[in-house]
Amino acid sequence: MVTLTINGKLVRAREGEMLLDAIRREGIEIPATCQHEAVEPYGACRLCTVEITKADWGGWKNHVTSCLYPVQEGLIVSTHSEDVIRIRKTILDLFLARCPNAELIQNMAAEYGITRTSYEEVPDGNDCILCGLCTRVCDKMGFQAISTVGRGHGKEVAPPLGEAPPDCVGCLACAQICPTNYIKFTDDGTTRTIWGREFELVKCETTGQPTITKEFAAYLVKHRNIPEDYFTRCDSAHREELAKTMGRITHWGRQEEA
Amino acid sequence: MCITSSRQLKQVRKEFLDGDARFEKKVMICCGTGCLANGAQEIVDEFDSILRKKRIKGFTIEAVRSTGCHGFCEQGPLVIIEPRGTFYTKVKVKDVADIIEKSIRSDEVIDKHLYTDPATKQKIERYPDVAFFSHQQRIALRNLGKIAPHNIKDYIANGGYQSLAKVLTTMTPDDVITEVSKSGLRGRGGGGFSAGRKWRSCADVESDTHYVICNGDEGDPGAFMDRSIMEGDPHSVLEGLAIAAYAVGAKEGFVYVRDEYPLAVVHMQKAIEDCRKEGLLGENIFETNFCFDVHIARGAGAFVCGESSALMKSVAGEVGEPRAKYVRSVVKGLHDQPTVLNNVETFANIPIIFEKGADWYAGIGTKKSTGTKVFSLVGKVRNTGLIEVPMGITLRQIIFDIGGGIIDDRPFKAVQTGGPSGGCLPESKLDLPVDFDSLTENGSMMGSGGMIVMDDRTCMVDVAKYFTDFLVKESCGKCVPCREGLYQLHKLLVKISEGRGEESDIDRMEQLSEVIVNASLCGLGQSGPNPLLSTLKYFRDEYTAHIRDKRCPAGVCRELITYNITDECTGCMACISACAYHAITGQKKKVHVIDQEKCTKCGACVAACRFNTIDVR
Repeated sequence: MVTLTINGKLVRAREGEMLLDAIRREGIEIPATCQHEAVEPYGACRLCTVEITKADWGGWKNHVTSCLYPVQEGLIVSTHSEDVIRIRKTILDLFLARCPNAELIQNMAAEYGITRTSYEEVPDGNDCILCGLCTRVCDKMGFQAISTVGRGHGKEVAPPLGEAPPDCVGCLACAQICPTNYIKFTDDGTTRTIWGREFELVKCETTGQPTITKEFAAYLVKHRNIPEDYFTRCDSAHREELAKTMGRITHWGRQEEA
Repeated sequence: MCITSSRQLKQVRKEFLDGDARFEKKVMICCGTGCLANGAQEIVDEFDSILRKKRIKGFTIEAVRSTGCHGFCEQGPLVIIEPRGTFYTKVKVKDVADIIEKSIRSDEVIDKHLYTDPATKQKIERYPDVAFFSHQQRIALRNLGKIAPHNIKDYIANGGYQSLAKVLTTMTPDDVITEVSKSGLRGRGGGGFSAGRKWRSCADVESDTHYVICNGDEGDPGAFMDRSIMEGDPHSVLEGLAIAAYAVGAKEGFVYVRDEYPLAVVHMQKAIEDCRKEGLLGENIFETNFCFDVHIARGAGAFVCGESSALMKSVAGEVGEPRAKYVRSVVKGLHDQPTVLNNVETFANIPIIFEKGADWYAGIGTKKSTGTKVFSLVGKVRNTGLIEVPMGITLRQIIFDIGGGIIDDRPFKAVQTGGPSGGCLPESKLDLPVDFDSLTENGSMMGSGGMIVMDDRTCMVDVAKYFTDFLVKESCGKCVPCREGLYQLHKLLVKISEGRGEESDIDRMEQLSEVIVNASLCGLGQSGPNPLLSTLKYFRDEYTAHIRDKRCPAGVCRELITYNITDECTGCMACISACAYHAITGQKKKVHVIDQEKCTKCGACVAACRFNTIDVR
């Protein structure tokens, strides 16, 4: 365990833990858009920047992103200093110039008193904040179907060559993790469309409810050792069967007691 | 055959030098990229075809060497005849027969090919007497222009791989690091971090695998020193890399070369293959336990991949994005293993430190920045090219003594150092001794050594706009302050250069810059506002002129200038034919007129006018 000071209060944290986790545990709110418990910290949005110093640094201060900075013994952290607020406000202001309609950004900016960007709006702005959550979660799922493409101000998230991604299985992890709902998909119960590719859904043999896409099922059967017939039943069918089994076990128990 | 000892190296050296002793003269033809583009290969071919037909006593085609870059690219293709060092510039294929006849068969010097000193107008015969070369001290570039880069024996004949032999057979890894630390060598890639300290921190990390990487992803506009070293002396880089590998305990190394440098890739690959054949790479080098191999990783041209953590991701096959370096690369680098990364020039300095000793090296340059630095001197200076000078030399000596001053004797305005992340220094800083710390203290930086000289016709707002635009495009786009902040900074600069600037814009740019510097993820963003901040610091009045008076004092920003022909016009009609937009009308011997509606302000008329009668303001 290490001991550090956050906004004047002595706090204990696990060694190797990131600063942001220790700060949030104290109930202090810091905005962050690219941080998510499902994936490794990334450090792209810089909103979680905090000011750090140590007693023996001779007054020298540094600004670090708390999502990536491991806690250290004796660290003195200030989460809302004047410099930090200025950095956060400027970043939110810059975000609003690019994504004026993204609700997440609007709400975060409003908390810091910004309702409209003071910069020139980016002409082809959209709701993608380039947090990289979608590409990272796709990597983590093991598909690497989408990636960031290009660099500089024109960077975007896209499948290879802008075509229907061959490695995508339609699992929807990217769409579900997207904090601004920028990644769109359709699902009519029979087919699912995402990234310009259509997927057929497996249906439950009992209820007729759709479960997951055929490609995703095939992947899980092959790489995760899941029985082939598992996906031909939906969750409620699985539950029903489980309930029946449990019922039988309980019944046997009672018989033995008697 | 495998070379297994220092004695065998000496044997190879002796055989090569004995072979050379057959020739009374040797011809060194610069085959660096600049000279090749000007037809150097055709000159080599012409020598070959003539010497096939003609027999000359004490001279064959083997005495004609295609060497690496001599540095004086401005005057290429260059041909040097040794041992006298006769220096021929701007040689053409048709001159070759004449050169063979006069300067090789007999000892005649052909005046018309000699270099003319711009100051004294004197012809100079030998290259060491040319001011461009005489003020230099070549350490990293020691072999450039002297050896054939694709011939490992030529490198060995010049003392090559003796340092590696010495290190492997007589020194412990600890001794090696101590020696490098003692030399004071600082990384030549831009940061100027002590090489010895970096190696020490990496060696101290316990791990089964360590890596060494040579950064050859030189992306600064106008810089080509690493390119020239990889093209002209690849073995010195490999030898330096092998010594580093021994010091930190690495078995595998990478040379990261950008694919825009095809010749560097070819020469580096050839050097690696030759080393493997000679046993200088591979298992049990010099019959010690040291095993080491090198691979080439080719970059796809992203500027940001010169940043160490982005480069390592690129080597590993991932998207070239930097990561936060709260855990440094010497602890967790390539494939999360401890990694030493230095640039090409740094590694090229290593062998000679072990040949001549750390004290010798530490005696060159200044106390805190030892040794020499290679600069690519470009822009509005008479002698452009690649130069190597001791640290602590002044900007004035570089620009006026070596560079020969400003073209057309126009007034000097600024020198941009350090590439897009560097800054512009004004005339008042000309006597600044150049080293890592002095440049940083004055708002610029050493960077990889680009040096762009500007005259009074350069607009500093335009310069800041150019470099900021470069960074907007070359930012990796990962973090918001860099991606969006630099974009907005560029927008504000465009606004000012188009005459729409407001007084408050300067404050806004300064505030935004502060956030970009403090909050960006990597060095690219943290130093991104430097071009803007340094021009604001030294040329603030020029910004004010653009904003308040809607005027571009240097006559560059198109929206703020007009072209007018003065009454001194002789009516020669030269500008009329030069103007592609038919914007100029007039009759012979009468003052011409520019139609402002049609004029695109391209400047073609100014270039065409011999009487300096076109007024731009």
